[in-house]
Amino acid sequence: MNFVAAIGRTFIGFLSAVGRLSLFTGAALSHCVRPPFYPRLIWRQVVEIGYYSLPVVGLTAIFTGMVLALQSYTGFSRFNAEGAIANVVVLSMTRELAPVLAGLMVAGRIGAAMAAEIGTMSVTEQIDALTTLSTNPYKYLVAPRLIAALMMLPALVLTADIIGVFGGYIISIHKLGFNPSVYLRHTWDFMKAMDVISGLVKAGVFGFIVALMGCYHGYHSRGGAEGVGAATTNAVVSASILILSFNYVLTEMFFAR
Amino acid sequence: MADDTPKIAIRGLHKSFGRNHVLRGIDLDIGKAESVVVIGGSGSGKSVLLKNILGLLRPEKGSIKVDGEEVVGMGWTERERVLRKFGMLFQGAALFDSLRVWENVAFGLIEGRGMSRRAAKDVAIEKLAAVGLGADVGELSPAELSGGMKKRVGLARAIAAEPEILFFDEPTTGLDPIMGDVINDLIVDCVRKLGATALSITHDMASARKIADRVAMIYRGQIIWAGPVKTIDSSGNAYVDQFIHGRAEGPIQMEVRSA
Repeated sequence: MNFVAAIGRTFIGFLSAVGRLSLFTGAALSHCVRPPFYPRLIWRQVVEIGYYSLPVVGLTAIFTGMVLALQSYTGFSRFNAEGAIANVVVLSMTRELAPVLAGLMVAGRIGAAMAAEIGTMSVTEQIDALTTLSTNPYKYLVAPRLIAALMMLPALVLTADIIGVFGGYIISIHKLGFNPSVYLRHTWDFMKAMDVISGLVKAGVFGFIVALMGCYHGYHSRGGAEGVGAATTNAVVSASILILSFNYVLTEMFFAR
Repeated sequence: MADDTPKIAIRGLHKSFGRNHVLRGIDLDIGKAESVVVIGGSGSGKSVLLKNILGLLRPEKGSIKVDGEEVVGMGWTERERVLRKFGMLFQGAALFDSLRVWENVAFGLIEGRGMSRRAAKDVAIEKLAAVGLGADVGELSPAELSGGMKKRVGLARAIAAEPEILFFDEPTTGLDPIMGDVINDLIVDCVRKLGATALSITHDMASARKIADRVAMIYRGQIIWAGPVKTIDSSGNAYVDQFIHGRAEGPIQMEVRSA
Protein backbone atom coordinates (compact mmCIF):
# COMPACT_ATOMS: atom_id res chain seq x y z
CA MET A 1 0.00 0.00 0.00
CA ASN A 2 2.87 2.35 0.85
CA PHE A 3 4.31 1.68 -2.58
CA VAL A 4 1.06 2.74 -4.28
CA ALA A 5 0.90 5.84 -2.07
CA ALA A 6 4.47 6.74 -3.02
CA ILE A 7 3.63 6.47 -6.74
CA GLY A 8 0.52 8.60 -6.17
CA ARG A 9 2.49 11.23 -4.27
CA THR A 10 5.14 11.39 -6.98
CA PHE A 11 2.49 11.71 -9.70
CA ILE A 12 0.62 14.46 -7.82
CA GLY A 13 3.94 16.19 -7.17
CA PHE A 14 4.74 16.02 -10.89
CA LEU A 15 1.34 17.43 -11.87
CA SER A 16 1.61 20.29 -9.38
CA ALA A 17 5.12 21.12 -10.69
CA VAL A 18 3.76 21.20 -14.26
CA GLY A 19 0.92 23.44 -13.06
CA ARG A 20 3.31 25.77 -11.25
CA LEU A 21 5.60 25.99 -14.27
CA SER A 22 2.64 26.69 -16.61
CA LEU A 23 1.36 29.49 -14.37
CA PHE A 24 4.88 30.92 -14.06
CA THR A 25 5.38 30.80 -17.85
CA GLY A 26 1.99 32.46 -18.48
CA ALA A 27 2.68 35.22 -15.97
CA ALA A 28 6.23 35.76 -17.26
CA LEU A 29 5.09 35.96 -20.90
CA SER A 30 2.30 38.39 -20.13
CA HIS A 31 4.80 40.67 -18.35
CA CYS A 32 7.17 40.51 -21.35
CA VAL A 33 4.61 42.26 -23.56
CA ARG A 34 3.04 44.71 -21.10
CA PRO A 35 4.68 47.96 -19.96
CA PRO A 36 6.55 49.16 -18.01
CA PHE A 37 9.67 47.75 -19.67
CA TYR A 38 13.15 48.03 -18.21
CA PRO A 39 15.48 48.72 -21.16
CA ARG A 40 18.50 49.16 -18.87
CA LEU A 41 17.98 45.71 -17.35
CA ILE A 42 17.33 44.13 -20.75
CA TRP A 43 20.58 45.67 -22.05
CA ARG A 44 22.50 44.35 -19.03
CA GLN A 45 21.21 40.85 -19.74
CA VAL A 46 21.93 41.22 -23.47
CA VAL A 47 25.57 41.95 -22.63
CA GLU A 48 25.70 39.14 -20.04
CA ILE A 49 24.10 36.51 -22.28
CA GLY A 50 25.26 37.63 -25.72
CA TYR A 51 28.66 39.22 -25.27
CA TYR A 52 30.09 37.21 -22.37
CA SER A 53 28.93 33.88 -23.83
CA LEU A 54 30.75 34.54 -27.12
CA PRO A 55 34.10 32.96 -26.10
CA VAL A 56 32.58 29.73 -24.81
CA VAL A 57 30.16 29.37 -27.73
CA GLY A 58 32.86 30.33 -30.25
CA LEU A 59 35.33 27.78 -28.88
CA THR A 60 32.66 25.07 -28.85
CA ALA A 61 31.72 25.89 -32.45
CA ILE A 62 35.25 25.98 -33.87
CA PHE A 63 36.30 22.66 -32.33
CA THR A 64 33.02 21.04 -33.32
CA GLY A 65 33.46 22.20 -36.93
CA MET A 66 37.06 20.92 -36.95
CA VAL A 67 36.16 17.51 -35.52
CA LEU A 68 33.22 17.24 -37.89
CA ALA A 69 35.48 17.74 -40.93
CA LEU A 70 38.04 15.27 -39.59
CA GLN A 71 35.50 12.57 -38.73
CA SER A 72 33.56 12.99 -41.99
CA TYR A 73 36.79 12.60 -43.92
CA THR A 74 37.67 9.36 -42.08
CA GLY A 75 34.24 7.91 -42.86
CA PHE A 76 33.63 9.27 -46.35
CA SER A 77 37.08 8.47 -47.72
CA ARG A 78 36.18 4.76 -47.43
CA PHE A 79 33.77 5.13 -50.34
CA ASN A 80 35.37 8.08 -52.11
CA ALA A 81 32.79 10.65 -50.99
CA GLU A 82 35.23 13.21 -49.58
CA GLY A 83 33.48 15.89 -51.66
CA ALA A 84 30.49 15.74 -49.31
CA ILE A 85 32.48 17.00 -46.32
CA ALA A 86 31.58 20.66 -46.93
CA ASN A 87 27.94 19.63 -47.15
CA VAL A 88 28.06 17.61 -43.92
CA VAL A 89 29.82 20.40 -42.01
CA VAL A 90 27.49 23.20 -43.05
CA LEU A 91 24.33 21.14 -42.68
CA SER A 92 25.25 19.69 -39.28
CA MET A 93 26.42 23.01 -37.91
CA THR A 94 23.48 25.16 -39.03
CA ARG A 95 20.67 22.70 -38.44
CA GLU A 96 21.77 20.88 -35.29
CA LEU A 97 25.14 21.33 -33.67
CA ALA A 98 25.35 25.10 -33.39
CA PRO A 99 21.88 25.58 -31.83
CA VAL A 100 22.05 22.50 -29.56
CA LEU A 101 25.62 22.98 -28.35
CA ALA A 102 25.22 26.74 -27.92
CA GLY A 103 21.96 26.09 -26.04
CA LEU A 104 23.65 23.59 -23.73
CA MET A 105 26.68 25.81 -23.12
CA VAL A 106 24.48 28.82 -22.37
CA ALA A 107 22.32 26.64 -20.09
CA GLY A 108 25.45 25.83 -18.09
CA ARG A 109 26.70 29.39 -18.02
CA ILE A 110 23.61 31.59 -17.95
CA GLY A 111 20.86 29.27 -16.66
CA ALA A 112 22.94 28.42 -13.61
CA ALA A 113 23.83 32.07 -12.97
CA MET A 114 20.19 33.17 -13.25
CA ALA A 115 19.00 30.45 -10.86
CA ALA A 116 21.74 31.28 -8.35
CA GLU A 117 21.13 35.04 -8.48
CA ILE A 118 17.33 34.91 -8.33
CA GLY A 119 17.48 32.02 -5.82
CA THR A 120 19.70 34.04 -3.48
CA MET A 121 17.33 36.99 -3.85
CA SER A 122 14.42 34.71 -2.98
CA VAL A 123 15.94 33.18 0.18
CA THR A 124 17.20 36.57 1.44
CA GLU A 125 13.74 38.15 0.98
CA GLN A 126 14.98 40.51 -1.75
CA ILE A 127 12.09 39.43 -4.00
CA ASP A 128 9.62 40.24 -1.20
CA ALA A 129 11.39 43.59 -0.83
CA LEU A 130 10.87 44.29 -4.55
CA THR A 131 7.14 43.69 -4.13
CA THR A 132 6.87 45.98 -1.11
CA LEU A 133 8.61 48.68 -3.19
CA SER A 134 5.73 48.47 -5.73
CA THR A 135 7.90 46.68 -8.29
CA ASN A 136 6.61 43.51 -9.89
CA PRO A 137 9.35 40.84 -9.63
CA TYR A 138 8.16 39.17 -12.85
CA LYS A 139 8.63 42.43 -14.71
CA TYR A 140 11.87 43.41 -13.03
CA LEU A 141 13.67 40.07 -12.78
CA VAL A 142 12.07 37.55 -15.15
CA ALA A 143 10.92 39.51 -18.22
CA PRO A 144 14.31 41.18 -19.02
CA ARG A 145 16.08 37.80 -18.83
CA LEU A 146 13.52 36.08 -21.06
CA ILE A 147 13.57 38.87 -23.66
CA ALA A 148 17.38 39.06 -23.71
CA ALA A 149 17.83 35.27 -23.97
CA LEU A 150 15.22 35.05 -26.73
CA MET A 151 17.11 37.70 -28.71
CA MET A 152 20.69 36.71 -27.99
CA LEU A 153 20.66 32.95 -28.53
CA PRO A 154 19.90 33.34 -32.27
CA ALA A 155 22.68 35.92 -32.53
CA LEU A 156 25.09 33.55 -30.78
CA VAL A 157 24.03 30.64 -32.98
CA LEU A 158 24.51 32.67 -36.15
CA THR A 159 28.03 33.45 -34.95
CA ALA A 160 28.55 29.78 -34.06
CA ASP A 161 27.37 28.76 -37.57
CA ILE A 162 30.05 30.96 -39.16
CA ILE A 163 32.79 29.93 -36.72
CA GLY A 164 31.88 26.22 -37.02
CA VAL A 165 31.97 26.29 -40.81
CA PHE A 166 35.27 28.14 -40.59
CA GLY A 167 36.63 25.38 -38.30
CA GLY A 168 35.67 22.76 -40.88
CA TYR A 169 37.26 24.90 -43.61
CA ILE A 170 40.59 25.20 -41.75
CA ILE A 171 40.89 21.41 -41.31
CA SER A 172 39.73 20.64 -44.84
CA ILE A 173 42.18 23.07 -46.43
CA HIS A 174 45.24 22.80 -44.19
CA LYS A 175 45.07 19.20 -43.07
CA LEU A 176 43.06 17.35 -45.70
CA GLY A 177 44.37 19.27 -48.71
CA PHE A 178 41.07 20.50 -50.21
CA ASN A 179 41.00 23.32 -52.71
CA PRO A 180 39.76 26.42 -50.83
CA SER A 181 37.57 27.83 -53.58
CA VAL A 182 35.99 24.44 -54.31
CA TYR A 183 35.29 23.87 -50.60
CA LEU A 184 33.70 27.28 -50.22
CA ARG A 185 31.63 26.83 -53.40
CA HIS A 186 30.39 23.45 -52.13
CA THR A 187 29.52 25.01 -48.77
CA TRP A 188 27.61 27.84 -50.41
CA ASP A 189 25.83 25.58 -52.96
CA PHE A 190 24.68 23.02 -50.39
CA MET A 191 23.46 25.49 -47.79
CA LYS A 192 19.81 26.48 -47.98
CA ALA A 193 18.19 29.41 -46.22
CA MET A 194 15.92 26.99 -44.36
CA ASP A 195 18.93 25.28 -42.76
CA VAL A 196 20.00 28.53 -41.14
CA ILE A 197 16.48 29.73 -40.36
CA SER A 198 15.52 26.46 -38.64
CA GLY A 199 18.67 26.71 -36.51
CA LEU A 200 17.86 30.27 -35.52
CA VAL A 201 14.27 29.38 -34.60
CA LYS A 202 15.61 26.53 -32.49
CA ALA A 203 18.05 28.97 -30.88
CA GLY A 204 15.23 31.35 -29.94
CA VAL A 205 13.27 28.49 -28.34
CA PHE A 206 16.37 27.20 -26.52
CA GLY A 207 17.17 30.71 -25.25
CA PHE A 208 13.65 31.01 -23.88
CA ILE A 209 13.94 27.58 -22.22
CA VAL A 210 17.30 28.42 -20.59
CA ALA A 211 16.05 31.72 -19.15
CA LEU A 212 12.70 30.27 -18.12
CA MET A 213 14.28 27.36 -16.25
CA GLY A 214 16.87 29.61 -14.59
CA CYS A 215 14.23 32.09 -13.44
CA TYR A 216 11.64 29.46 -12.45
CA HIS A 217 13.96 27.36 -10.31
CA GLY A 218 15.59 30.45 -8.78
CA TYR A 219 12.24 32.07 -8.01
CA HIS A 220 10.94 28.96 -6.26
CA SER A 221 14.10 28.07 -4.34
CA ARG A 222 13.67 27.73 -0.59
CA GLY A 223 15.82 26.90 2.40
CA GLY A 224 19.06 28.87 2.19
CA ALA A 225 22.30 27.85 0.50
CA GLU A 226 21.19 24.25 -0.03
CA GLY A 227 17.99 25.40 -1.76
CA VAL A 228 19.94 27.76 -4.04
CA GLY A 229 22.37 24.94 -4.90
CA ALA A 230 19.49 22.62 -5.76
CA ALA A 231 17.82 25.35 -7.85
CA THR A 232 21.03 25.85 -9.85
CA THR A 233 21.39 22.13 -10.54
CA ASN A 234 17.72 21.77 -11.44
CA ALA A 235 17.86 24.78 -13.77
CA VAL A 236 20.78 23.36 -15.77
CA VAL A 237 19.50 19.77 -15.86
CA SER A 238 15.91 20.65 -16.76
CA ALA A 239 17.02 23.21 -19.39
CA SER A 240 19.39 20.64 -20.97
CA ILE A 241 16.71 17.94 -21.12
CA LEU A 242 14.12 20.34 -22.50
CA ILE A 243 16.58 21.62 -25.14
CA LEU A 244 17.22 18.06 -26.36
CA SER A 245 13.50 17.17 -26.34
CA PHE A 246 12.43 20.38 -28.10
CA ASN A 247 15.24 19.88 -30.60
CA TYR A 248 13.57 16.67 -31.71
CA VAL A 249 10.11 18.28 -31.82
CA LEU A 250 11.36 21.25 -33.87
CA THR A 251 13.39 19.05 -36.23
CA GLU A 252 10.28 16.96 -36.80
CA MET A 253 8.29 20.13 -37.50
CA PHE A 254 10.83 21.58 -39.94
CA PHE A 255 12.15 18.58 -41.80
CA ALA A 256 9.89 15.51 -41.41
CA ARG A 257 8.02 14.63 -44.54
CA MET B 1 -17.15 63.40 13.05
CA ALA B 2 -13.80 61.73 13.62
CA ASP B 3 -12.90 58.90 11.27
CA ASP B 4 -12.40 55.92 13.56
CA THR B 5 -11.79 53.34 10.79
CA PRO B 6 -8.67 51.38 11.81
CA LYS B 7 -5.70 51.80 9.48
CA ILE B 8 -5.45 48.01 9.33
CA ALA B 9 -8.26 45.68 10.41
CA ILE B 10 -7.71 41.92 10.41
CA ARG B 11 -10.55 39.48 11.02
CA GLY B 12 -10.54 35.68 11.22
CA LEU B 13 -7.28 35.26 9.30
CA HIS B 14 -6.26 31.67 8.54
CA LYS B 15 -3.13 30.51 6.75
CA SER B 16 -1.74 26.99 6.41
CA PHE B 17 1.28 25.42 4.77
CA GLY B 18 0.25 21.86 4.00
CA ARG B 19 -0.87 20.37 7.29
CA ASN B 20 0.82 23.12 9.30
CA HIS B 21 -1.98 25.50 10.33
CA VAL B 22 0.07 28.61 11.13
CA LEU B 23 -2.60 31.31 11.55
CA ARG B 24 -5.82 30.12 13.19
CA GLY B 25 -8.17 33.07 13.17
CA ILE B 26 -6.21 36.26 13.83
CA ASP B 27 -8.24 39.33 14.85
CA LEU B 28 -6.28 42.57 15.17
CA ASP B 29 -6.97 46.28 14.69
CA ILE B 30 -4.22 48.85 14.24
CA GLY B 31 -5.34 52.44 14.60
CA LYS B 32 -4.06 55.43 12.64
CA ALA B 33 -0.61 56.60 13.79
CA GLU B 34 -0.53 53.78 16.34
CA SER B 35 2.55 51.62 16.88
CA VAL B 36 1.60 47.99 17.53
CA VAL B 37 4.17 45.33 18.30
CA VAL B 38 3.27 41.67 17.88
CA ILE B 39 5.34 39.47 20.16
CA GLY B 40 5.57 35.70 20.10
CA GLY B 41 8.00 32.82 19.95
CA SER B 42 9.77 31.49 16.87
CA GLY B 43 7.35 29.75 14.52
CA SER B 44 4.28 31.34 16.11
CA GLY B 45 3.23 32.95 12.81
CA LYS B 46 4.43 36.54 13.24
CA SER B 47 6.21 36.83 9.89
CA VAL B 48 3.38 34.98 8.13
CA LEU B 49 0.97 37.59 9.50
CA LEU B 50 3.03 40.45 8.01
CA LYS B 51 3.39 38.69 4.67
CA ASN B 52 -0.37 38.13 4.47
CA ILE B 53 -1.06 41.82 5.06
CA LEU B 54 1.44 42.77 2.33
CA GLY B 55 -0.05 40.23 -0.09
CA LEU B 56 3.18 38.22 -0.29
CA LEU B 57 1.13 35.24 0.94
CA ARG B 58 -2.53 34.57 0.28
CA PRO B 59 -4.66 33.55 3.28
CA GLU B 60 -7.19 30.71 3.02
CA LYS B 61 -9.81 32.54 5.01
CA GLY B 62 -10.39 35.88 6.65
CA SER B 63 -10.34 39.57 5.89
CA ILE B 64 -7.62 42.23 5.86
CA LYS B 65 -8.73 45.82 5.40
CA VAL B 66 -6.35 48.73 4.86
CA ASP B 67 -8.12 52.09 5.32
CA GLY B 68 -11.39 50.16 5.14
CA GLU B 69 -10.50 48.59 1.79
CA GLU B 70 -10.40 44.79 1.50
CA VAL B 71 -6.97 43.70 0.24
CA VAL B 72 -7.37 39.90 0.28
CA GLY B 73 -7.72 38.68 -3.32
CA MET B 74 -6.62 41.99 -4.89
CA GLY B 75 -5.01 41.92 -8.36
CA TRP B 76 -1.49 43.30 -8.90
CA THR B 77 -2.56 46.72 -10.22
CA GLU B 78 -4.77 47.44 -7.21
CA ARG B 79 -2.24 45.92 -4.83
CA GLU B 80 0.51 48.09 -6.29
CA ARG B 81 -1.59 51.14 -5.37
CA VAL B 82 -2.13 49.84 -1.81
CA LEU B 83 1.55 48.86 -1.45
CA ARG B 84 2.52 52.50 -2.00
CA LYS B 85 1.17 53.13 1.49
CA PHE B 86 3.66 50.65 2.97
CA GLY B 87 7.33 50.65 3.84
CA MET B 88 9.03 47.61 5.31
CA LEU B 89 12.26 46.87 7.12
CA PHE B 90 13.12 43.20 6.62
CA GLN B 91 14.77 40.99 9.21
CA GLY B 92 17.99 40.62 7.19
CA ALA B 93 17.50 44.11 5.64
CA ALA B 94 17.03 42.41 2.19
CA LEU B 95 19.19 44.98 0.39
CA PHE B 96 19.71 44.41 -3.33
CA ASP B 97 23.30 43.16 -3.72
CA SER B 98 23.63 44.34 -7.29
CA LEU B 99 22.87 47.98 -6.44
CA ARG B 100 24.82 50.57 -4.49
CA VAL B 101 23.48 51.72 -1.13
CA TRP B 102 21.91 54.94 -2.42
CA GLU B 103 20.29 53.03 -5.30
CA ASN B 104 18.78 50.66 -2.73
CA VAL B 105 17.33 53.57 -0.76
CA ALA B 106 16.06 55.28 -3.91
CA PHE B 107 14.75 52.08 -5.51
CA GLY B 108 11.07 52.58 -4.68
CA LEU B 109 11.22 56.19 -5.86
CA ILE B 110 12.89 55.39 -9.19
CA GLU B 111 11.22 52.11 -10.15
CA GLY B 112 7.97 52.34 -8.19
CA ARG B 113 7.19 56.04 -8.65
CA GLY B 114 9.14 57.03 -11.74
CA MET B 115 11.27 59.74 -10.07
CA SER B 116 14.43 60.81 -11.93
CA ARG B 117 17.66 59.20 -10.70
CA ARG B 118 19.17 62.57 -9.78
CA ALA B 119 16.20 63.68 -7.67
CA ALA B 120 15.92 60.21 -6.09
CA LYS B 121 19.61 60.28 -5.18
CA ASP B 122 19.11 63.56 -3.30
CA VAL B 123 16.21 62.03 -1.37
CA ALA B 124 18.26 58.88 -0.69
CA ILE B 125 21.16 60.90 0.76
CA GLU B 126 18.71 62.87 2.91
CA LYS B 127 17.14 59.62 4.21
CA LEU B 128 20.57 58.09 4.85
CA ALA B 129 21.39 61.17 6.92
CA ALA B 130 18.12 60.66 8.85
CA VAL B 131 19.38 57.23 9.95
CA GLY B 132 22.84 58.56 10.80
CA LEU B 133 24.74 57.55 7.66
CA GLY B 134 26.84 59.87 5.51
CA ALA B 135 26.61 60.41 1.76
CA ASP B 136 29.86 58.44 1.31
CA VAL B 137 28.08 55.30 2.54
CA GLY B 138 25.64 55.74 -0.35
CA GLU B 139 28.38 54.88 -2.83
CA LEU B 140 29.25 51.57 -1.12
CA SER B 141 27.85 48.18 -2.02
CA PRO B 142 25.65 46.41 0.58
CA ALA B 143 28.32 43.69 0.96
CA GLU B 144 30.66 46.30 2.46
CA LEU B 145 28.28 47.17 5.32
CA SER B 146 28.06 45.77 8.87
CA GLY B 147 24.80 44.23 10.15
CA GLY B 148 23.80 47.42 11.97
CA MET B 149 24.52 49.60 8.93
CA LYS B 150 22.48 47.26 6.73
CA LYS B 151 19.53 47.64 9.11
CA ARG B 152 19.89 51.42 8.96
CA VAL B 153 19.98 51.38 5.16
CA GLY B 154 16.94 49.06 5.20
CA LEU B 155 15.19 51.60 7.44
CA ALA B 156 16.18 54.48 5.13
CA ARG B 157 14.76 52.50 2.19
CA ALA B 158 11.53 51.83 4.10
CA ILE B 159 10.98 55.54 4.88
CA ALA B 160 12.28 56.90 1.54
CA ALA B 161 8.83 57.27 -0.01
CA GLU B 162 7.35 58.57 3.27
CA PRO B 163 4.81 55.77 3.61
CA GLU B 164 1.67 55.88 5.76
CA ILE B 165 2.35 52.43 7.23
CA LEU B 166 5.68 50.99 8.34
CA PHE B 167 6.35 47.31 9.03
CA PHE B 168 9.37 46.13 11.00
CA ASP B 169 10.27 42.45 10.92
CA GLU B 170 12.50 41.58 13.89
CA PRO B 171 14.32 44.95 13.69
CA THR B 172 16.91 44.17 16.38
CA THR B 173 17.58 40.49 15.71
CA GLY B 174 21.26 39.75 15.16
CA LEU B 175 22.46 43.10 16.54
CA ASP B 176 24.36 43.81 19.73
CA PRO B 177 22.22 45.45 22.48
CA ILE B 178 23.63 48.93 21.88
CA MET B 179 23.10 48.84 18.12
CA GLY B 180 19.68 47.30 18.80
CA ASP B 181 18.81 50.31 20.94
CA VAL B 182 20.10 52.71 18.26
CA ILE B 183 17.79 51.02 15.73
CA ASN B 184 14.87 51.20 18.20
CA ASP B 185 15.46 54.95 18.68
CA LEU B 186 15.63 55.46 14.92
CA ILE B 187 12.38 53.54 14.46
CA VAL B 188 10.59 55.62 17.11
CA ASP B 189 12.00 58.82 15.60
CA CYS B 190 11.09 57.92 11.99
CA VAL B 191 7.57 56.75 12.88
CA ARG B 192 6.92 59.92 14.88
CA LYS B 193 8.27 62.27 12.20
CA LEU B 194 6.23 60.59 9.46
CA GLY B 195 3.14 60.27 11.65
CA ALA B 196 2.98 56.72 10.32
CA THR B 197 1.13 53.67 11.55
CA ALA B 198 3.64 51.00 12.60
CA LEU B 199 3.39 47.25 12.96
CA SER B 200 6.46 45.46 14.26
CA ILE B 201 7.09 41.84 15.10
CA THR B 202 9.75 40.84 17.53
CA HIS B 203 10.66 38.56 20.37
CA ASP B 204 12.99 41.17 21.84
CA MET B 205 11.08 42.62 24.81
CA ALA B 206 13.41 45.62 25.20
CA SER B 207 12.61 46.55 21.62
CA ALA B 208 8.88 45.97 22.10
CA ARG B 209 8.77 48.16 25.21
CA LYS B 210 10.58 50.97 23.42
CA ILE B 211 8.67 51.14 20.14
CA ALA B 212 5.15 49.98 21.05
CA ASP B 213 2.05 51.93 21.97
CA ARG B 214 0.21 48.64 22.16
CA VAL B 215 1.42 45.04 22.31
CA ALA B 216 -0.33 41.93 21.01
CA MET B 217 0.88 38.43 21.76
CA ILE B 218 0.52 35.69 19.18
CA TYR B 219 0.54 32.06 20.28
CA ARG B 220 -0.31 29.05 18.16
CA GLY B 221 -1.72 31.23 15.38
CA GLN B 222 -4.03 33.36 17.53
CA ILE B 223 -3.78 36.69 19.32
CA ILE B 224 -4.09 35.61 22.95
CA TRP B 225 -3.61 39.01 24.53
CA ALA B 226 -3.48 42.64 23.40
CA GLY B 227 -3.16 45.79 25.46
CA PRO B 228 -1.21 49.01 26.02
CA VAL B 229 2.51 48.47 26.49
CA LYS B 230 2.29 49.97 30.00
CA THR B 231 -0.01 47.16 31.12
CA ILE B 232 2.08 44.29 29.81
CA ASP B 233 3.65 43.57 33.22
CA SER B 234 0.21 43.31 34.81
CA SER B 235 -1.55 41.51 31.96
CA GLY B 236 -2.72 38.69 34.19
CA ASN B 237 -2.07 36.34 31.28
CA ALA B 238 0.19 33.42 32.20
CA TYR B 239 1.44 33.05 28.60
CA VAL B 240 2.40 36.74 28.37
CA ASP B 241 4.08 36.60 31.80
CA GLN B 242 6.15 33.57 30.83
CA PHE B 243 7.16 35.12 27.51
CA ILE B 244 8.16 38.58 28.77
CA HIS B 245 10.20 37.07 31.59
CA GLY B 246 11.73 34.43 29.35
CA ARG B 247 10.98 31.49 31.63
CA ALA B 248 11.27 27.89 30.50
CA GLU B 249 8.52 26.84 32.96
CA GLY B 250 4.96 27.84 32.25
CA PRO B 251 2.03 27.14 29.94
CA ILE B 252 4.16 27.64 26.79
CA GLN B 253 5.92 24.35 26.22
CA MET B 254 8.87 24.33 23.83
CA GLU B 255 9.27 21.14 21.89
CA VAL B 256 12.76 20.07 22.89
CA ARG B 257 13.69 16.51 22.12
CA SER B 258 16.65 14.86 23.76
CA ALA B 259 18.81 12.53 21.72
